[in-house]
Amino acid sequence: MLILLLAISVISVLTIYSTTRPIMSSALQPNYYLKQSVWVLIGFIVLFIVLIKDYVWLRDAGYFIYGIGIFLLILVLVMGKSGLGAQRWLDLKIFSFQPSEIFRLILVAGVSKYLSSVKSPLDRRSFLLSLLIFGIIPFILIIKQPHLGTGIVLFTTYLFLAISKKIEKKLLIILIAIALVVVPLGGKTIWKHLKDYQKNRILAFVNPEIDPKGIGYQIEQSKITIGSGMTFGRGYLKGTQGPLKFLPEKHTDFVFSVFAEEWGFAGSILLFSLYLIFFIRGFDTALKAKDEFGKYMASGLTFMLFLYFLINIGMTLGMMPVVGVPIPFMSYGGTSLISNFIIVGIIINIRMRRLVMV
Amino acid sequence: MNKEYFEGVASFTVYIIITVFFILSVRLYVIQILNGSDYRDAADSNRVRAVSLPASRGIIYDRSGTPLVKNKPYFYASLIPGRSPVDTHGLAALTKTDESKLAAKIKKEKNNIFKTIVLKEGLSFKEVAEIEARKSDFPGLIVETSVTRNYVYNTVGSHVIGYLGKPNKQQIEKLQLDDVSPETFIGQWGVEQLYDSTLRGTAGRKIIEVDALGRQLKELEVIKPITGGDITLSLDINLQQIAEQSFKDKTGSLVALDPKTGEVLAMASMPSFDPNDFVMGIDSEKWSALHKDKQYPLLNRALQSSYPPGSVFKVLMSVAGLDDGAITTTTPVGCTGEMHYGKWSFGCWKAHGTVTFHRGLVQSCDIYFYDVGRRLGIDKIHKYARMFGLGKKTGLDIVGGEEREGLIPSIAWKQKKMKQPWFLGETFVASIGQGYVNITPAQAALLSAMVANEGLPIHLSLLKGTAPPDESKRLKIKPEVFAEVKSAMYGVVNEGGGTGGSSRSALVHISGKTGTAQVVKGRVKTETLKQQLRDHGWFIAYAPSEDPQIAVAAVVEHGGHGGSAAAPIVKNVIEAFVKSPYYKKPVQSEE
Repeated sequence: MLILLLAISVISVLTIYSTTRPIMSSALQPNYYLKQSVWVLIGFIVLFIVLIKDYVWLRDAGYFIYGIGIFLLILVLVMGKSGLGAQRWLDLKIFSFQPSEIFRLILVAGVSKYLSSVKSPLDRRSFLLSLLIFGIIPFILIIKQPHLGTGIVLFTTYLFLAISKKIEKKLLIILIAIALVVVPLGGKTIWKHLKDYQKNRILAFVNPEIDPKGIGYQIEQSKITIGSGMTFGRGYLKGTQGPLKFLPEKHTDFVFSVFAEEWGFAGSILLFSLYLIFFIRGFDTALKAKDEFGKYMASGLTFMLFLYFLINIGMTLGMMPVVGVPIPFMSYGGTSLISNFIIVGIIINIRMRRLVMV
Repeated sequence: MNKEYFEGVASFTVYIIITVFFILSVRLYVIQILNGSDYRDAADSNRVRAVSLPASRGIIYDRSGTPLVKNKPYFYASLIPGRSPVDTHGLAALTKTDESKLAAKIKKEKNNIFKTIVLKEGLSFKEVAEIEARKSDFPGLIVETSVTRNYVYNTVGSHVIGYLGKPNKQQIEKLQLDDVSPETFIGQWGVEQLYDSTLRGTAGRKIIEVDALGRQLKELEVIKPITGGDITLSLDINLQQIAEQSFKDKTGSLVALDPKTGEVLAMASMPSFDPNDFVMGIDSEKWSALHKDKQYPLLNRALQSSYPPGSVFKVLMSVAGLDDGAITTTTPVGCTGEMHYGKWSFGCWKAHGTVTFHRGLVQSCDIYFYDVGRRLGIDKIHKYARMFGLGKKTGLDIVGGEEREGLIPSIAWKQKKMKQPWFLGETFVASIGQGYVNITPAQAALLSAMVANEGLPIHLSLLKGTAPPDESKRLKIKPEVFAEVKSAMYGVVNEGGGTGGSSRSALVHISGKTGTAQVVKGRVKTETLKQQLRDHGWFIAYAPSEDPQIAVAAVVEHGGHGGSAAAPIVKNVIEAFVKSPYYKKPVQSEE
């Protein structure tokens, strides 16, 4: 897993370098790639620190950390720093910090603690309680920031974990029924509360021709960028769409598009393979974990990373709406990278200690 | 915990994940491999734009190497289409153009990515500075440079030099050249048009990479423009200037040739126009003023107007009559000032008494030439006239296919055209260059030149260093005929009673022939007529008489008598020529 992580990190720095390189000789190269290298380095250090202590402490401190996490989410809404119309950052003077990023880990820890402490399957009361605490509350807090993508990912991760705990059959049927009835209705409510640009993204996804210069433009440019890579790509540092600013957010949400332009289908499949092995390995860890908490942690975290991957790639390929979700380990961004490294640290931790009896 | 259930969910999820990867890979395959080349095209057209680099036009020099035109830079504001919306309001304000027209233009051209959108042309230096200063506010806005013309001598020689203009649709289709865009100035008239392909050069192209806003980032490829070739005309600008000035405010035309080669030394058409007015694309007001002008300044009268030649035609009649044997130099004709034929009466401008050839031509006796005509018959007159280039286009293609043919009638012509037989009376009228006979000033100059060179057919040429005419094509006309005619033409100018006395020069021996072409039928005293009804005055000449180096024809519209109106103009031009460096003084024969 470490080798996979190292490989993807190297690809990340190289791609960010390429995508932000200046085309005009006089312009300076933005230092995103340097920053990302530093983040990767810090990430590995943090990862090794995470390995030192048995992850079991997370189980013990689970609810406490969860409480802090919810507090941070509320704090960010109250006094967070705005950037690009979203209030996601807490300014810690030295650096800005996105509580929602680290909350991903906190949520899985909280849910895992809860699930491993109740008897199986979840009855109606415990399900509804957990749904409220781990599902609905964080979802509302996060989409208020607004961060729709992360909100959806976290909510789905909660549901995934609840189902892997097993819920009463009756409950499951009711849940599906509710989903079928409520989602269209609730969807309307959610729709009303979405910011305009979020609505546009979804509209543009459904019909890209509505807005060819706006969001639909992003999707179209991403497809052009990826498609122009053809079989073997244009070659490293030979891509044009990113540096020429045709592709927006090219070093964050659309970094894969630039990679696919330069390395083509062959490179993209190789990259996919790295991620696929990574996810299989994550679930393998879950199966082998020494305790129930570890199993939920490993599968929940892996599933969550997979969702990020799926939504991001789906978005760049024009299969999913643009909801602003980074691709794990590749997109530029400090908080997300560090928290992802911590997440991998925990998965490795679980795997390391799988043979130790409780 | 139900371990089996959890394992079931986990492995099921892994299968789901594998399936998802498969679906994503298929999607990738579709985009990158199945549709890859389309997307690559789209990517390339995203970022690549072409900016045209106009070629400098060749310079037009006169005979002595004096440049008649200069190139001067021409600035225009363009927009490289980009992805961002264009602030048409701001652009319109900056370029001082109409916003709605600007918006329409941008909308129309938006998808034509290989072309920049021209916003405003002919920018002044101040406007260029203003735009350059605010360029960064308007992504994709550039100032392009082109080259346009500065016609150094303004109106002088403008009919010959011509002017530039943007091509119309038909011209673009006809030229079928990639580098002629609707923005390229091409020759529209005169030498600029005739030698356009030489002068124009080949436009270059700059392929640039642009960002999403249409801003230039770097040059991918530069195809340098190839400067057009220079042209040295046979025209002498000094001679041309003197010719035009000599007309003062009279309307008319003058053509001066080198009788040995056919090179045009001067070609004037008055009134003239200033081709500089066309340089920035002529505005409609000026254009309609030029078009509505009763004097038709755009008309090149040397080639596009034909007039009855009047007595000038008697030179042709003389050559034909003597060569054919219809007359000899001693054939006498009695002139009483009037000749009766049937119920008609044909007059002469005075009663000459009995005249033979020499005095007949020198004093321009109409009765004498009625007789020559009667002896020759119209078809022989027609034949000789054609041999001297009369009644057919010179082919000097500077008026774009609008050259006048003129007309030399024949029996067949009249039968075909009017379905009527030819009458002898019409031969009399034709013999003195009236009636149906019509020639252009260029043809008159040709006649003068071919008498001067004794029957060597020449073609009009505007290029210096034209190959000498083919000696084997020399007309089979006896040298004695030319000797007689030339001696008489010398007499017209230099003998007492000659009609061309007003062109007599102290510098050089000039030979010539006057002509007065009737505008109104019948003999009316010219001086009493209104200007537009007065006769056209002609004069053809060559000099020096001993060794002709210049042949000239001039017509002054409604100028009255040729001897008084046209002859002084011709004399001015010939004297200017004699003072020019090209003039070779003939070896003095002992007198």
